[in-house]
Amino acid sequence: MEFSVMMGILMEGFALTAEIFVITLVGSLPLGVVVALARMSKFKPLAWLAQLYISILRGTPLMLQLMAIMFGPYYLFGLSMGSDWKFWACAIGFILNYAAYFAEIYRSGIQSIPRGQYEAAEVLGYTKAQTFMKIVLPQVIKRILPAMGNEIITLVKDTSLAFVLGIAEMFSAAKALAAREVSMIPYAIAALIYWVFCLLIEFILNRVEKRLDYYHD
Amino acid sequence: MESKAVVSLTNGKKAFGANEVLKDISLTVNAGDVLAIIGPSGGGKSTLLRCMALLETLDSGDLSYGDLVVCANNGEGRAVYGGKDVIAQAKTRFGLVFQNFNLFPHYTVLQNVTDALICVQKMPKDEALARGRELLARMGLADKESMVPCDLSGGQQQRVAIARAMAMNPDVLFFDEPTSALDPELTREVLKVIRDLAAEHMTMVIVTHEMGFARDVADHLIFMDGGVIVEQGSAHEVINNPQHDRTRAFLSNYDRD
Ligand SMILES: Nc1ncnc2c1ncn2[C@@H]1O[C@H](COP(=O)(O)OP(=O)(O)OP(=O)(O)O)[C@@H](O)[C@H]1O
Ligand SMILES: [Mg+2]
Repeated sequence: MEFSVMMGILMEGFALTAEIFVITLVGSLPLGVVVALARMSKFKPLAWLAQLYISILRGTPLMLQLMAIMFGPYYLFGLSMGSDWKFWACAIGFILNYAAYFAEIYRSGIQSIPRGQYEAAEVLGYTKAQTFMKIVLPQVIKRILPAMGNEIITLVKDTSLAFVLGIAEMFSAAKALAAREVSMIPYAIAALIYWVFCLLIEFILNRVEKRLDYYHD
Repeated sequence: MESKAVVSLTNGKKAFGANEVLKDISLTVNAGDVLAIIGPSGGGKSTLLRCMALLETLDSGDLSYGDLVVCANNGEGRAVYGGKDVIAQAKTRFGLVFQNFNLFPHYTVLQNVTDALICVQKMPKDEALARGRELLARMGLADKESMVPCDLSGGQQQRVAIARAMAMNPDVLFFDEPTSALDPELTREVLKVIRDLAAEHMTMVIVTHEMGFARDVADHLIFMDGGVIVEQGSAHEVINNPQHDRTRAFLSNYDRD
């Protein structure tokens, strides 16, 4: 097989990989905020529920979660889902899983902001919402950026788990090519592409980190 | 001229669980007065200030700012606070300066001073910036407006915090040990700013361990221990000539200049 053909197949896979990556972030970054706020809620049942959610999603393999969502509707309710379902099952699984990790990062960030910041804002008359949006959140973002970066880089590589659902993302594509060509080269190229993608993300994260470097606390 | 009460607390009580921290405290601060509060650690000074600054709620007592009643006792002697509007209005009447500054680290010096003016008091931005710059100049920080707090000395940070509190144009300014986190040199520069404010007849309540400063700057002084006012009077009288043994014992730990 020509190299360019192989590259074409891998890049097609990469498009799906990137799609899973983006959809996961778009869904889980905000969902994580909701889970974190629930986890810190003064209403105990809600806090426990959020804690249980986090515990289960962090405590079981993502691969099993993906399979549970993929096959759950059929085994539990006898529903047969359309051919699109595997992609959405994958997206939902990733979003739910990453939201749990992000929630814990947000929570640690929010709880690391000293009480004095809230008190200073309160005395100045800021509302609760203003205090959170203007005073707390910008500081939280700076503090959690390294941890978030780790998680996001992990997500790049975790997208390969989508192969268990038969989604033709880059890892699946590489696997198929390797079998057909009896060669490790497709794997090596896929690895290189993952790495380059991560380098790009690291570059962006570094830029953001630099931009927030104008103060320290 | 009849002097008018800017803030008054009557029979204030506050407990944390079984720990009665404020036991029946009453005080009045008139316009232009400087009140100093001294006393041993754990005596309830911060709690008193925090109750007045609405960071803690009183269990019992009446608290008013001018004619604005913030809380009053009900029939059972429990403090009942006014609604949201009352609380919001009360917060425009006082400012609080913390021991550890509590500046917003992600804001520049000027933003620290002006942000609440713009987003809480809804002052037009130009006006707020002008006011912020004027205050920073008064604090001797005119050239620091675009720096961030972490690049300033502690004394400079505390002066920014004072400017931030003053920006809101409060009727009274509360200070909780404003120099305790500072070394002697920086302490002097912050105390000078407070002395200047006193000379301009700013109404202030200052918790401090600087006895010489309290004696020189305060009109009135309260010595607090164990949640009660043990002794009070003119600052000069109490510091130079304390009447109670506990006050004497406390003051003997300090040289008074
Ligand atoms: N949020 C709180 N919860 C429980 N106890 C508290 C709280 N804040 C203060 N206390 C207790 O109230 C008492 C008085 O504390 P406070 O901070 O008012 O004293 P202080 O006179 O300001 O002392 P210092 O000179 O050390 O600042 C102490 O016993 C303290 O442990
Ligand atoms: Mg104190």
